[in-house]
Amino acid sequence: MISKDIKKRFPILDQQVNGHPLVYLDSGATSQKPDVVIEAVKRYYENDNSNVHRGVHTLGNRATDEYEGARQKVADFINASSVQEVIFTRGTTTSINTVAQSYGRANVSEGDEIVITMMEHHSNIIPWQQLAKETGATLKYVDLEDDGTLSLDKVEETVTDKTKIVSVMYVSNVLGTKNPIKEIAEIAHRHGAVMVVDGAQAAPHLKVDVQDLDCDFFAFSGHKMCAPTGIGVLYGKKALLEDMEPVEFGGEMIDFVGLYESTWKELPWKFEGGTPIIAGAIGLGAAIDFLEEIGLDNIDRHEKHLAAYAMEKMSEIDGLTIYGPADPDLRAGIVTFNLDGVHPHDVATVLDMNGIAVRAGHHCAQPLMKRLGATATARASFYVYNTEEDVDRLADGLRIAKEYFSDVIH
Amino acid sequence: MSSINLDQLYRRVIMDHYKNPRNKGELADGGLTIDMNNPTCGDRIHLTMQVEDGIVQDAKFDGEGCSISMASASMMTQAIKGKSAEDAVRLSKAFSDMMLGKDLDEDLDLGDIEALSGVSQFPARIKCATLAWKAMEKGVDSDANPN
Ligand SMILES: Cc1ncc(COP(=O)(O)O)c(C=O)c1O
Repeated sequence: MISKDIKKRFPILDQQVNGHPLVYLDSGATSQKPDVVIEAVKRYYENDNSNVHRGVHTLGNRATDEYEGARQKVADFINASSVQEVIFTRGTTTSINTVAQSYGRANVSEGDEIVITMMEHHSNIIPWQQLAKETGATLKYVDLEDDGTLSLDKVEETVTDKTKIVSVMYVSNVLGTKNPIKEIAEIAHRHGAVMVVDGAQAAPHLKVDVQDLDCDFFAFSGHKMCAPTGIGVLYGKKALLEDMEPVEFGGEMIDFVGLYESTWKELPWKFEGGTPIIAGAIGLGAAIDFLEEIGLDNIDRHEKHLAAYAMEKMSEIDGLTIYGPADPDLRAGIVTFNLDGVHPHDVATVLDMNGIAVRAGHHCAQPLMKRLGATATARASFYVYNTEEDVDRLADGLRIAKEYFSDVIH
Repeated sequence: MSSINLDQLYRRVIMDHYKNPRNKGELADGGLTIDMNNPTCGDRIHLTMQVEDGIVQDAKFDGEGCSISMASASMMTQAIKGKSAEDAVRLSKAFSDMMLGKDLDEDLDLGDIEALSGVSQFPARIKCATLAWKAMEKGVDSDANPN
């Protein structure tokens, strides 16, 4: 288990909410930020703030070094084979849209197929819907199993030689399921398709190795892994990125500009039009240092333990349904649930009045909700700073909610 | 310590409307049909209304959502039945004001709806309470300005 003292590294957690010490169980939406990240951003603004890749002056050099240093940290963090394969974006959403608009438009045409799954987040559905509409390609879904996992047989049945893109989430933001990305990538490649991974819920929580997964693109967001909002990453294999056109044009990304024609910088900068998210990238670098100091394997183990503990505690509550795989080994630190007869909003409000922050709603996964037969659910998601006591508080809060609404529960 | 407590939100009248919704279902013979979602949370309302000679003759709602959104829909249909479309819209404006915590016109009789005033202290829940009212306004508007 990770030491409880880690909580002290997150200043925001030391507060009372509605008269109770805050228990933050919404890291799946966005994580809190440790002191080192807040300080790194502050230090940058107080000492080195300047635009990158242009100034001849000292501050400009420092800012550029720090920004590019952060890129190297990201490359090492996901084991990219080259730092040129790391593109800074605004987040997972922008990263996936970049793949759809650049790689997709150039390589997908009428009659082709794009394969995703029924458990995807809207940001890994809609870019492909749009691409399918524009190109006349067909969007296909791999259904999920009743236990909330994906079956490789079904993937095998869905992917054909017409498939050009397979895009799957590594970890489900609703079910907590860890998907067999490496095996799915192998199927995609056998049919000549590229493998895109939505790593938004994976990168913060487990050791990602893009070379081992053999994925072609990997997207994630800084804000879910202790970094500021507004910074994210698109990893892509160099050979693919080199052939791709940028989707945003302007300053920073050009090599030469003529009156009617221009040429682009080399990788990764051709994909980073405009002044980049410098402070965000530096914050992400600091977040990576922080997470690696704890160890991603420790984080993964810690969260799995909390999820298993939560499932055990919550199963003691009558009328509480937990979604996703029952086997803790198949999941990450996300537990989605419903209290029979009480709408998740109402559950979340009662928990909030007890200082406990959870998410309630469709979690940007409406097709999945429909598949689960639920219009909305409540979700507790764990991170490094959560403890067994937090889970106990959640279980107590759920009992209070149940009691409070007992006269409407039929 | 916070002075807000749950009982200010979940008044008995509200829970009664949630448990025993009035005017639940769908009007058989057409009239106005309005579907509205709250995209941030997935709440959904399907409202059918019969407006004749400027008077709301009947209204029913169906949908999915939390206690606040469903109770508000139930109260709304109850309140607008028999009222002129104008008065229904006026009531909806008063309801919006109440959600913003504004003082209301003394002569306005809100009846059960008054119980929802506590929602104004729970900003995250205001959208739940206003969904049905927005649907009703949209319906009245489309009746007055058909295109
Ligand atoms: C699985 C998954 N994919 C994509 C996203 C979108 O991330 P962002 O909003 O940072 O672009 C999220 C976060 O909400 C997510 O959980």
